[in-house]
Amino acid sequence: MKTFKIGGVHPQENKLSAGSKIQKVALPTQAIIPLDQHLGAPATPIVTVGDTVKVGQLIATATGFISANIHASVSGKVTKIDTFVDAWGKRSPAITIDVEGDEWADDIITSKEINRICKLSKEEIITKIKKAGIVGLGGACFPTHIKLTPPPGKTAEVLIINAVECEPYLTCDHQLMMEHGEEIFIGISILMKALGVQKTIVGIENNKKDAIDYFQKLANRHFGIEVVSLKTCYPQGGEKQLIDALIGRQVPSGALPIEVGAVVQNVATTFAVYEAIQKNKPLIERVMTVTGKNVKNPGNFAIRFGTPLTAVVEMAGGIPENTGKIIGGGPMMGRAHMTIDVPASKRTSGLLFMTKEESVRKEPQNCIRCAKCISACPMSLEPYLLMSLSERGMYEELEKNGIMDCIECGCCLFSCPSYRPLLDYVRQGKATVGNIIRARNAKK
Amino acid sequence: MNIIVLSLIVLGVLGCLASVVLFLVARKFNVEEDPRIDLVEEALPSANCGGCGFAGCRNFAEACVNADSLDNLNCPVGGTSTMTKVGEILGLTANATDPMVAVVRCNGSHKNCQRTNTYDGAKSCAIANSLYIGETDCSFGCLGFGDCVTACLFDAIHINPETGLPEVDEDKCTACGTCVKACPKGIIELRKKGPKNRRIFVSCMNKDKDGIARKACSVACIGCGKCVKECQFDAITIENNLAYIDFTKCRLCRKCVDVCPTGSIHELNFPPRKKQEAVPETEEIKTIKIEDLSESND
Repeated sequence: MKTFKIGGVHPQENKLSAGSKIQKVALPTQAIIPLDQHLGAPATPIVTVGDTVKVGQLIATATGFISANIHASVSGKVTKIDTFVDAWGKRSPAITIDVEGDEWADDIITSKEINRICKLSKEEIITKIKKAGIVGLGGACFPTHIKLTPPPGKTAEVLIINAVECEPYLTCDHQLMMEHGEEIFIGISILMKALGVQKTIVGIENNKKDAIDYFQKLANRHFGIEVVSLKTCYPQGGEKQLIDALIGRQVPSGALPIEVGAVVQNVATTFAVYEAIQKNKPLIERVMTVTGKNVKNPGNFAIRFGTPLTAVVEMAGGIPENTGKIIGGGPMMGRAHMTIDVPASKRTSGLLFMTKEESVRKEPQNCIRCAKCISACPMSLEPYLLMSLSERGMYEELEKNGIMDCIECGCCLFSCPSYRPLLDYVRQGKATVGNIIRARNAKK
Repeated sequence: MNIIVLSLIVLGVLGCLASVVLFLVARKFNVEEDPRIDLVEEALPSANCGGCGFAGCRNFAEACVNADSLDNLNCPVGGTSTMTKVGEILGLTANATDPMVAVVRCNGSHKNCQRTNTYDGAKSCAIANSLYIGETDCSFGCLGFGDCVTACLFDAIHINPETGLPEVDEDKCTACGTCVKACPKGIIELRKKGPKNRRIFVSCMNKDKDGIARKACSVACIGCGKCVKECQFDAITIENNLAYIDFTKCRLCRKCVDVCPTGSIHELNFPPRKKQEAVPETEEIKTIKIEDLSESND
């Protein structure tokens, strides 16, 4: 069975919410829609306080090249254009809407009927995706339209659909595939048209047997789409790892997947593309997982952006007793929240409640040079070395040792028998080196 | 016997040849260096702390020798006395500089500022700061993981385990500014050491509105502006709900300390105040007295 060749770990899967139907989260009374829901600069608001907005109406436009539009996810009156305190205590810009009814913009088709025919041209599709504010829903929130426009001189040969969901606990993509498989396949055809490719490979890890079977059945009806079952291994969902696993090509250091002729899109993004193109529905909601060993009803929830996470936690049975940490996202790459009284955004892929015993990090011991972190690193880096260099502020050495290749997957930290905070320091070093490189490029 | 003599001769000839070659090479590649650089370097404290803005004492010495005046060059560790010595060597006049000291502008101790969460990641302020605001609700306050302590080359700053805040050892602090750069929250400032080490400063960096600031920390500056009104020397300004005392203008009258409703303005090394009974003397007299005191101590 296929998988990527270098490094990787296999944490306990703990897919507690697998198979639980996607439940719709009730509309809040007030929605706080963050303007920073993507990589790049926060969007610029185009509504003013007092405006009445409909669901799907554009309320903020992209600022700069890497940025995305933001649409109202509820209908009602704009009451504030201000900042809110995010899950990490930092202030970030947002538009607050007092919800009145649920009135959708006129051009959005709300019927569930599957629309298979897309007559738009390549350019029209990309423009429509750009307008709909679609970003990669796998985690990085990179604007999708940029990925669909390869830089001059580069052409895409193959589209790769990331249906791996390698993070333990998370099941939102899995459930979305089971419930909206048909739509996802139409989304794939639309993306193939936008990229002008003839071949698509859907990668699914073999811990989702039902999804593999279902997708294989659907693939038989579509031309050029192949479904590949992959051996479960974290971080298979990383772009470079997935490309290696599926087509055996290695993306060079510092390059984008387009360098080897591949474009990777997440399966949830594909569904969003279907909705945007066929139903005119911009990205205003997503599926997220609420899970944890002590959570009463772990499940998958469709949540409109701006809805407070407290609402979805309520549906899952409230904050369980003995909760030590609440993690936004999966356990490997997610970040611990200070509070759950924050709105959902395009980034919110899950909420994980860890018990006190699970969540405590053990006291770091000395490095014993066992090299487990090196074996685990999927990018062939030396995490123990990067940590020491970062601790000492040796940024030039860090750059030489390829710190910018780090995908921050956390395999090193996971495999370290001395519980050393490898990733913490590596991430810090990467951020600093990134700033140094940007400053250097700006000077040139 | 012959072998010994022969080897001695061969080695001797080789040695002579090598010395000639070395002599010629040394002449050819001789780097003319101002001898004063060594002298200046000797006069410097050799701490290599980088507080002057140069990589080390040698680089600073070179800069001094090449400079036309010592106006923009200052060794914060050595202070005026060192710079005067440097000036004497180079025949330049060194400006007298006020001795400075690092000041920690946060009083969010365990007692004053409620911890709302626990951080168990890598014990580094820079890392914690990149992740979130810290263990309290104040996003401007000290994180307490001691990046300043690690950065200090003079063992002059330590975290007080009781308060969780760094404390500066005034005798050891050389005002090199390394801790200022190390603090990701920008809490530490170099301020004038002041006569008899007496200083007044706002011990808070919170730029939030009063309600939010107060909720996070009981001793936060709430930007009420009482100190600004009280100050006769125009030394206090308020920007973004935060007061700042300009130490070049402050005359250490301590009036602002009295009016601050949250106690965020701190006075250091002043003699204990007179009891309430002694207050009735008029404000003017009090001010003059303190000024006299501070001048006489210079």
